[in-house]
Amino acid sequence: MTFYKLLLGTALAAMTAIPAYAQQSENSLRFAYGQTLESPDPYFTTLRLGVILGRNVWDTLVVRDLESGEYKPLLATDWTWVDDTTLDLTLREGVTFHDGSPFGADDVVYTLSYVANPENRIVSQQVAEWIESVEKTGEHSVRIHTKSPTPAALEFLSSQLVILPSDYYSGPAGATQHALPIGTGPFKYDSYSAGGDMFLARNDDYVGSEFKTAASLDRVSIRTIPDQQTQIAELLSGGLDLTMGLPKDQADQLARMPGVQVQSGETMRIVFLQINTTDDTPNPALKDIRVRQALNHAIDKAAISENLVGEGSNVINTVCFIQQFGCTDEGATVYEFNPERAKELLAEAGYADGLTVKLHAYRERHISEAIINYLGNVGVTVELNYMQPAAMRDAMRARTVELAQSAWGSYSIYDLSASTPVYYGGQPDDNNLDPELIEILEKAGSIMDPEERKALYAAALKKIADEALAIPMFTLPTFYAGAEGLQFTTSSDEILRFWEYGWE
Amino acid sequence: MGIYLAKRIGLAVLVALFVSILAFGLLRLQGNAATALAGEGASPQDIAIIVETYGLDRPLVVQYATWLGNALTGDFGTSYFFKRPVAELIVSKVGNTVTLAVLSLGIALALSIPLGVLAAVYSGSWIDRVCSLISLMGQALPSFFLALCLVMVFAIQLRMFPASGTGSWQHFVLPAVTLGYYITPPFMRLVRAGMIDALSNDYVRTARAKGLPAHRVVLKHALRNALVPVVGLVTVQLGLLIGGSVVIESIFALDGLGYLAYQSISYRDFPVLQAVVLLLSLVYVVLTLLSDIVNAWLDPRLRVS
Repeated sequence: MTFYKLLLGTALAAMTAIPAYAQQSENSLRFAYGQTLESPDPYFTTLRLGVILGRNVWDTLVVRDLESGEYKPLLATDWTWVDDTTLDLTLREGVTFHDGSPFGADDVVYTLSYVANPENRIVSQQVAEWIESVEKTGEHSVRIHTKSPTPAALEFLSSQLVILPSDYYSGPAGATQHALPIGTGPFKYDSYSAGGDMFLARNDDYVGSEFKTAASLDRVSIRTIPDQQTQIAELLSGGLDLTMGLPKDQADQLARMPGVQVQSGETMRIVFLQINTTDDTPNPALKDIRVRQALNHAIDKAAISENLVGEGSNVINTVCFIQQFGCTDEGATVYEFNPERAKELLAEAGYADGLTVKLHAYRERHISEAIINYLGNVGVTVELNYMQPAAMRDAMRARTVELAQSAWGSYSIYDLSASTPVYYGGQPDDNNLDPELIEILEKAGSIMDPEERKALYAAALKKIADEALAIPMFTLPTFYAGAEGLQFTTSSDEILRFWEYGWE
Repeated sequence: MGIYLAKRIGLAVLVALFVSILAFGLLRLQGNAATALAGEGASPQDIAIIVETYGLDRPLVVQYATWLGNALTGDFGTSYFFKRPVAELIVSKVGNTVTLAVLSLGIALALSIPLGVLAAVYSGSWIDRVCSLISLMGQALPSFFLALCLVMVFAIQLRMFPASGTGSWQHFVLPAVTLGYYITPPFMRLVRAGMIDALSNDYVRTARAKGLPAHRVVLKHALRNALVPVVGLVTVQLGLLIGGSVVIESIFALDGLGYLAYQSISYRDFPVLQAVVLLLSLVYVVLTLLSDIVNAWLDPRLRVS
């Protein structure tokens, strides 16, 4: 009897010692992410979580309206292109950083000059390498000089280029004397532990603009949980309020559980197969347009999108995300799923008895397997080389791959200059090196006239499709799972806007 | 004893050195660290900057010698990934790993000693077989499976303990039980064998003949002798626990050394991983050395051999 009492007592003590799980009453949110954040400073991490923190803790000069795609005021109230390489901005007054210091032109000049200097080694040089110099033209006005006409400048200024206080860094590579990063955003860092948990608290002095408003949640805690099963267990046991990046099958199962809501949202990430048609391609058969057309006809991408990838995934016909400036599939050849036609084309090309190709992939293996099956049905034997991302990138850049299954997120930049040119514009990952395409895409990236840019991009996309230089597949969705009662919205840029979240 | 001690310490240093060379070499075989560190969509310029910053283009021997030279002065460098001093990272995590190891060991001993004693006292009976089965399951069940079962029952169904994380004592319960149960079998077998041996000794027969109660004979006379070899095993298992908690810490997202090692492998964070491997091998080597010395002190025959 005594033993049972002891056991019962221990169990009750353990239960009462657990902190209350109801975050609703505390007006806080507990979010888990699967990968470890290397730095709390968004300029020194390549992770999506870094971009998410960038938007929640900091502000950008302008903000992109998700509905209209237009740029709206944030830290800058007004801006004008003086000429193709000079941008004048008027800054908002009355804004303060989390440490209480006032925001002004010095902070903008300091931040943009720091990140544009390659010696300071921010991890994604391309977001700032277009900046030639920044000068202060008044206490609340600055002038940005660009190296060459940069049509995507406002896109960069509305996404990655967040503004820090002017004394923030103490040296290159993000060195700082500050214990916690400082911004002007709707949340501020409360604590950060390298590789461990971090906490954000609401910035009660947030100014923002009508396009980015103050937060309603008091606190947000962010934990790294690498194991997806553990994330789900935490969600089901009430230890977590929100997670993202779940596989479709687990999201489907979770959606049937009580107390959990699952949302799927299309992302900017596009899946496509790149076909190596360079002069030293390891598989000369791929230089034959009929073979490339056959590969396009052989795969039922709508079926894979619907059955394997799930809700939120949409078929694409050109190598870009449709909401990006300049992305279109108008006039581009669309290859319907037609295995018979694929066989005919292969026979015409002299491969009636079959063909062997190598497929390189580094993620979404289930999609690779489906592709292998479809190609197998028309007589194309596929050897899969499933690799680590870094190894695959090395192989791509050495142009030793034949078919490369890529999933490209465009750094969440809503401008085509961040997608198609990466693979067809003569950049390191280009496995076609088509001189005409390179010329068109380079020109489109260096002029400011929107209509002329659109026309050039449309021409490039049409050429890629007509010559079957790629097999465009579909967009990837992200599955989010949240606790019941949590109000959250998702967007194609995969940025969690915690300031818009709350509890019912 | 002096020569024996010098030999053992010399051997321990060689083992630690060999492990560090092996870890260094194997890590480099994984591929280009700069490309991995640069992340998705990195340009050749981004990668070149990383290569230059960390001196990854230098010959491997030079890289190793520089690292070892610095490590001997206590400088383990800066993490490629977290951009923070490695020593600071390790110090911030080691407490959680040691807590987990000690708790797991406590659970393993609390399980294995009663089971071993019961199995020995009722040797050959069904009680022996049940005790052996409970212990055998600990070894046969993969730890990640047991971890998931415990999470299902105690975190999701009963909501008694958190499913993952660090921060309170409750966070250690499920990982410690998982790890503790996994190392129970060797202790249980040792206690059982020791007890069977002790119970057949003359002094036990004498104690019984004197009319002492059975539980006093078993617990006071026999168990005390049967536990001597267990002490030796404790040191070895503690080393294994500190080094072997990578899987459990990752499953439970427990912010310890094993979890740090897992993260470092994912991101090819060489400085952190080399320091962790060196530290863990040193812990293991020192514990084994201590065990050897204690055994030699207890048994002069070992010193002579």
